[in-house]
Amino acid sequence: MNDPVLDISGLTVDFGGVPAVRGVDLHLGRGEVLGLVGESGSGKSVTALAAMGLLPAAAHVGGSVRLDGAELVGAGDKALSRVRGNRVAMVFQDPLSAFTPVYRIGDQIVEAIRTHQDLSREKAAARAVELLDLVGIPEPRLRAAAFPHEFSGGMRQRAMIAMAVANNPDVLLADEPTTALDVTVQAQILDVLRTARRETGAALLLVSHDLGVIAGMADRVAVMYAGRIVETAPVDALFAAPRMPYTLGLIGAVPRLDADAEGRLEPLVPIPGAPPAPGALPPGCAFAPRCPLAEDRCRETEPLLTAAGRAGKATHPAGAADPAHLAACVRAEEVGALRPLDVFPVPGTDGALRKAGPGGGRPVADDVLRVTDLARTFPLLKGAIVKRRVGSVHAVDGVDLDIRAGEVLGLVGESGSGKSTTLFEILELRPPERGSVEVLGRSVEGLTRRDARALRAGVQIVFQDPMASLDPRLPVGDIVAEPLRAQHADRALVARRVPELLRRVGLEPAHADRFPHEFSGGQRQRIGIARALAVDPRLLILDEPVSALDVSVQAGILNLLLRLRAELGLAYLFVSHDLSVVRHVADRVGVMYLGRTVETGAVAEVFARPLHPYTQALLSAVPLPDPVRERARTRILLPGDPPSPTSRPSGCPFRSRCQVFAALDPGRKERCTTQAPALAPQGGDHTAACHFPAERAVL
Amino acid sequence: MATAPEALLAEAASDDGLVARPPSRARVTLRRFLAHPTAVAGLAVVALLFVLAFAGPHLTRWSYSDIDYTALRSGPSARHWWGTNRIGQDVFAQTVRGLQKSLIIGLLVGVAATAGAATVGACAGYFGGWTDRLLTFVTDLLLIFPSFLVISVVSPRLKGGGWLVFALLLALFGWMITARVVRSMAISLREREFVRAARYMAVGPLRIIARHIVPNVASFLIIDATIAVGSAVMSETALSYFGFGVQPPDVSLGTLIADGTGAAITYPWMFFFAAGLLVVFVLAVNLVGDGLRDAIDPTSARRRPGRRRAR
Repeated sequence: MNDPVLDISGLTVDFGGVPAVRGVDLHLGRGEVLGLVGESGSGKSVTALAAMGLLPAAAHVGGSVRLDGAELVGAGDKALSRVRGNRVAMVFQDPLSAFTPVYRIGDQIVEAIRTHQDLSREKAAARAVELLDLVGIPEPRLRAAAFPHEFSGGMRQRAMIAMAVANNPDVLLADEPTTALDVTVQAQILDVLRTARRETGAALLLVSHDLGVIAGMADRVAVMYAGRIVETAPVDALFAAPRMPYTLGLIGAVPRLDADAEGRLEPLVPIPGAPPAPGALPPGCAFAPRCPLAEDRCRETEPLLTAAGRAGKATHPAGAADPAHLAACVRAEEVGALRPLDVFPVPGTDGALRKAGPGGGRPVADDVLRVTDLARTFPLLKGAIVKRRVGSVHAVDGVDLDIRAGEVLGLVGESGSGKSTTLFEILELRPPERGSVEVLGRSVEGLTRRDARALRAGVQIVFQDPMASLDPRLPVGDIVAEPLRAQHADRALVARRVPELLRRVGLEPAHADRFPHEFSGGQRQRIGIARALAVDPRLLILDEPVSALDVSVQAGILNLLLRLRAELGLAYLFVSHDLSVVRHVADRVGVMYLGRTVETGAVAEVFARPLHPYTQALLSAVPLPDPVRERARTRILLPGDPPSPTSRPSGCPFRSRCQVFAALDPGRKERCTTQAPALAPQGGDHTAACHFPAERAVL
Repeated sequence: MATAPEALLAEAASDDGLVARPPSRARVTLRRFLAHPTAVAGLAVVALLFVLAFAGPHLTRWSYSDIDYTALRSGPSARHWWGTNRIGQDVFAQTVRGLQKSLIIGLLVGVAATAGAATVGACAGYFGGWTDRLLTFVTDLLLIFPSFLVISVVSPRLKGGGWLVFALLLALFGWMITARVVRSMAISLREREFVRAARYMAVGPLRIIARHIVPNVASFLIIDATIAVGSAVMSETALSYFGFGVQPPDVSLGTLIADGTGAAITYPWMFFFAAGLLVVFVLAVNLVGDGLRDAIDPTSARRRPGRRRAR
């Protein structure tokens, strides 16, 4: 490794006696990309903020952070200000709160330049426009005069990067730079980060929880757990042969978009338990309570981060001593040879359960849900006293879905594509604005109250945020019993059913008198699932059920859903923005764009042979947690952001961003601009709404 | 779903019915309340005050209206336990008589006004639309009514009901501001996911209000109710002073305090017994309120040992 530009050693941070970071050593070489991975609460963001000296005064920072040999910890505000934004720059997660809302974007970049460089205002302004152009903002001269709220999320993140590289920093710190963004926009931003790094030659510390992003970007990776680095290695070595059980578990827990060599999906491997609370760390290795390989010596002293493989040379040639591969585990040599499934037992039959294979076809059964050409518009109102309608938001504009009993349909799309509105339109059980909705074989037109109540027992929902969807003031037992009581179940039945449901989702029946806040995120989502199962529904609607959870916990929930489905014969409508999760859970998939279904079909078919250009772009934008494959892929980068749903363009709504449309000759373009394509069968039950469907491998 | 009952019964039969009934919110709340020592103490004090108020008149041979001409302004003694006032009435008899009135007026007004506020506010906020407009209109109307005038006009005509109706009148004019706050809280709660979840589970709107909306504004309601209890006793005094409400020779704590204020230094027994009981009463109600709030709010800062985050 060359001389490190940023050298963090023995960094400790505690907040009022509660340790958040407990001795972190990181060395960032010149021009290097270091990925810092960890789950929420592992201390990765605090580490990045501490390096910049941006922590609040309540935080107690120890150890040392050296930038080219100059100590930053304990340096005065003046000294730090000379460094911040000049030699070290930061890209934050939430670009909206990182810009001052009342100043123009261009002026804020000019300010950043002029704080550190002696440049005239005009020259700085010209430089700002240049920077905005570099990060791919169209019409940079005009956009420099815009205010932050006039930019979309992706554009703001681009501007943020422009500001960060304004002074040619030596080090860029990016704290979850793409977490709040949609996957196609994430691909754009990662591309911009690469460009920015190429232009400035800065070293990049990329903090992320997403192993796919890390696999695509980083040269080296450091894994954090409970405030410490538990493993660090070059990216290929880390993904190929991790030596810390936690890293192994993380890799095993991530659902993957690509299948293995035989075209099968590996079962997900959940890490049991939850990360320790920072105030209550176990003695010894912090991961020991969750580690199936833990021995007595693990619980006694905390293992140091050392180069593994010294002793293991003979037994495990692949893990030959590599001074760059460090792991904090006493059994690192053994772990290097293991696969996730060897270490983390998948409880019960979870691992064995596979969904129907691609050749299995659709089950012969009744439809539990049939939605045809559903539409929903919201009025845009203006005026304070007398409201007048100035336009409409076409939130849902032609959605077709059908789910048979026992089938799982994944509904994917980016934010604003109308997924949630579709769900709520179905669940309201009232006649839709346009089109038709049939639930369990009954049309929702002309339902009486009694009918609607009976129908609601057959369709239940699990929400995205388990904290918000559970009444904080109700004990868990009452929460789970609520749908039963709504169906007028008698008391004895409720009393028997609640413990049984809690056991079924993997919780202790004795916890029925606890309140939701006493549980961890994954457990709360289990409570939500138990509640939905209470009345034995036939269709479960899952609205992003795992997107608020950490990967290791998410795997457990996904396995639970798969098991419940096999045991109870449930049908799921699984809404998600995460294609890897959908790939893992669903039999069929529907892709939505701007309130319309653009492609449907069996998961294996659609993911292997996507026909609609949007599906292709979406799939190609999802990063794979596999550095070798991830770097070998060609990516379809969609330009710009989805257009506003307030205007309904003539013709195909996707054509403004479509890579196929851009390559068409003018004569054929005509068709896309004038005619909106309808969902047309493309062989089997694969349908796509495109005039020029063309197969393209993207994985 | 059609197969549910049979399947469930079969499973239940195999379970031997050994499972304990899962505790409902009412029982959990009661348990948490009872585990709160100061709240239980407050409840005990309120109960003792009731005992004193209703058993007290039978313990002494003096009635609140009797006049002992041989003992004017005499201090506490074996004959007059808490002394007499300036026309020779027994202070103990008067105080317990007044305590009866004030306890009932205070609690009745506090509970009725808060319950009314919760109902109106939660319904207006949850249902929205025309219900909201109508209820908000009524609330605003009552808010701008001169309550003092209305009570002074109405109360002389209510000879039969007497001070009980007077208490209800006080409650009628005491709920509007609370209702407006509850309404705005209910509007934000209505959009929360757990309320939406309940709606999609076919829980009726009134049940949603009772089970989800009101408990989630309970902290505010309880604080409001405890304040309302104290202020109801005081506003009864103010109205009684102007000749409405409790009329002589009948007494309430408020009228006793008003009468005794001038003599607080020279003849302290005329003032301090009544005032002391009022302070004790309001304090006890506050303790009960605090305990109830902590019992209903599971996230309250009080941590009991042995109850850690579930793993």
